[in-house]
Amino acid sequence: MKSKLLTAALGLTIAGLAGGAASAQTLDTVKERGALRCGVNTGLPGFASQNDQGEWQGLDVDYCKAVAAAVFGDPSKVQYSPLSAVQRFPALQNNEIDMLARNTTWTMDRDTTLGLAFAGVNYYDGQGFMVKKELGVNSALELSGATVCVQSGTTTELNLADYFRTNKMDYNPVVIEAQSDVNSAYDSGRCDVLTTDASGLAASRLELKNPDDNVILPEIISKEPLGPAVRQGDDQWFNIVKWTHFALLDAEELGVTQANVEDMMKSDNPEIRRLLGEDKDFGASIGLSKDWVVNIIKAVGNYGEIFERNIGVDTPLKIQRGQNALWTKGGIQYGMPIR
Amino acid sequence: MSAETHPAPRSSSWASVLNNPTVRSIVIQVTLIVALVVFVWWIVSNTARNLAEANIASGFGFLWSRAGFDIAITPIAYTSNETYGEAIVIGILNTLIISGAGIALATILGFIVGIGRLSGNFLIRLLSTVYVETFRNIPPLLVILFWYFGVLSVLGGPRGLEENAFGVYLTNRGLQVPAVIFGFLAWASLVAFVVGIVATVIIARRNKAHQLATGERKPLLWTAVALIVGLPIIAFLVTGLPATMEFPTANRFNLAGGIQIRPEFISLWLALSIYTGAFIAEIVRAGIMSVSKGQNEAASALGLTRGQALRLVVVPQAFRVIIPPLTSQYLNLTKNSSLGLAVGYPELVAVGSTVLNQSGQSIEVVCIWMAVYLTISLSVSAFMNWFNSKMALVER
Repeated sequence: MKSKLLTAALGLTIAGLAGGAASAQTLDTVKERGALRCGVNTGLPGFASQNDQGEWQGLDVDYCKAVAAAVFGDPSKVQYSPLSAVQRFPALQNNEIDMLARNTTWTMDRDTTLGLAFAGVNYYDGQGFMVKKELGVNSALELSGATVCVQSGTTTELNLADYFRTNKMDYNPVVIEAQSDVNSAYDSGRCDVLTTDASGLAASRLELKNPDDNVILPEIISKEPLGPAVRQGDDQWFNIVKWTHFALLDAEELGVTQANVEDMMKSDNPEIRRLLGEDKDFGASIGLSKDWVVNIIKAVGNYGEIFERNIGVDTPLKIQRGQNALWTKGGIQYGMPIR
Repeated sequence: MSAETHPAPRSSSWASVLNNPTVRSIVIQVTLIVALVVFVWWIVSNTARNLAEANIASGFGFLWSRAGFDIAITPIAYTSNETYGEAIVIGILNTLIISGAGIALATILGFIVGIGRLSGNFLIRLLSTVYVETFRNIPPLLVILFWYFGVLSVLGGPRGLEENAFGVYLTNRGLQVPAVIFGFLAWASLVAFVVGIVATVIIARRNKAHQLATGERKPLLWTAVALIVGLPIIAFLVTGLPATMEFPTANRFNLAGGIQIRPEFISLWLALSIYTGAFIAEIVRAGIMSVSKGQNEAASALGLTRGQALRLVVVPQAFRVIIPPLTSQYLNLTKNSSLGLAVGYPELVAVGSTVLNQSGQSIEVVCIWMAVYLTISLSVSAFMNWFNSKMALVER
């Protein structure tokens, strides 16, 4: 099944690449279609997963909704494409999706050789390890000789090899394509250790038989800046996704929330007036309407609200803002000024 | 012939060229080849241009850059410092290993069950039929998943195991058996083994010649056992037992030492063998049934036992019917080994998709996949065709 999907995706990619050239005008295509095609994770609680009603929700999903709101004024005009790690880049390269919001690490290789452009970092992450409590392991440096479950085709797989090699430790890799199968292999005892991004570990732990029997080790062994990506060669579309991200951050910094955005439009603060398109029409420069930021905030709230709603301390994932706090609050999330 | 009855008109040399069948067929074939070359060139150049326009790197240069990922099962030395190319070689080797092991087991299973389907014993016949009808009708992926998730992963873990004297452990980490580590002098035993085989072959030839000359059959079995098994054992004892056993021992996480056969391999191997074995059983049954009943009756009239009749008369004739369809089953098994992706057995497709995703070179990797499978399949076909021509009826 998986391999058939993969083959089909690859076949389409090749057919697409052999056929017509990639179209540059993504915005026109999206408007014509009446919906944004957004590639998301097949199921990662907090980032992209379906609830009991089959509705998509999560931090990455809210980024899809934000872009749809900026384009259409309506966050529901999104067609979601759940993609495995292996399928995600071919899907974007082949015009099957307009943007990829699938907890994807921004690396130089991906940014320069795959025809992708990363529009920003919506979650600063790092790779961690989870083990069973009964093993009594307190540090990743005690893991020599362990069997490690990891998803194939990820930066995680590469970091894992580098970490054990630099620390002169041995391990047995168990490499599986779908994260859900990786988790169940760990849960069934096939592996001693599960490794993925720390946020992913928190999400995966919720799905184990006995979440409390497992402990996430303190070491973070890599930088994993996760963010949305688009195709290279369409600067207007790249700007739309990039500035949607900055608008979400600026809105949080200026205290513009889903609840108060209507009132804020009457604010005297020139920064807020610029953000919400009251003084000057910034939307026109990226092919959008004047009130594009108002639409975004009405639809999903600001970055802080998205974070707290999906993965924050009041959710089952209980993730602190940490590095993902605004720069004014000790984090490194920094929205470029809209002016 | 037509040229004789209707000689080509000599009046117009142009028309004669046009009507000449040889010229016409050459023209048509050349046109076709040129069209094909142009079409392929168009596809390749268009793809290359589109890749360049989309800023996607292309070409096979990536095969020489560092892979950076580890592979679980490595028949030859491999670390994450090797190149993508070497990773793909590991994948090819793993595909060949699983295919070879699968073909061997499937053939054994298929022959046993196929003959069992024709057995006079009701119980054996029933069991064989149930086996064939069950596994022939289940998709191979389900059989693989059954062994992996249904059987091997519900086994106990490697921690807190009771030690046993043989050092053989079956856990959810696979089958762990003791390894024998040979010293330098063990070469003597290997040489003795080879000498034993050569001597057996010589004696067998001499016996055959003797039988052809006099009609008397000399027993070979015990001589062969003594030469092939006995000789190396004597050499081994004389050189002072140059080998040590390495028993698996439990460390903090796993059983270490000895030889580990991973559950990914076991589940894929069993599943492919059992699945393909069901088809081979039917092929074997059909082959045996194709030998006319008179052959059997003639064999017993000559005083051959049932076993001798089967071995000397029926099976050699059945082989001619069995080999061609057997070839396609071997090819099927080889191609089905790509299902190892589902359980994380690092065969060509699994390793290739990791390479593809880490390097982003999808078109190149797909080309490598196709080229390798084509090469393997054509090699298997070529070998089986050669074998078939050896076994085919030689008319005198």
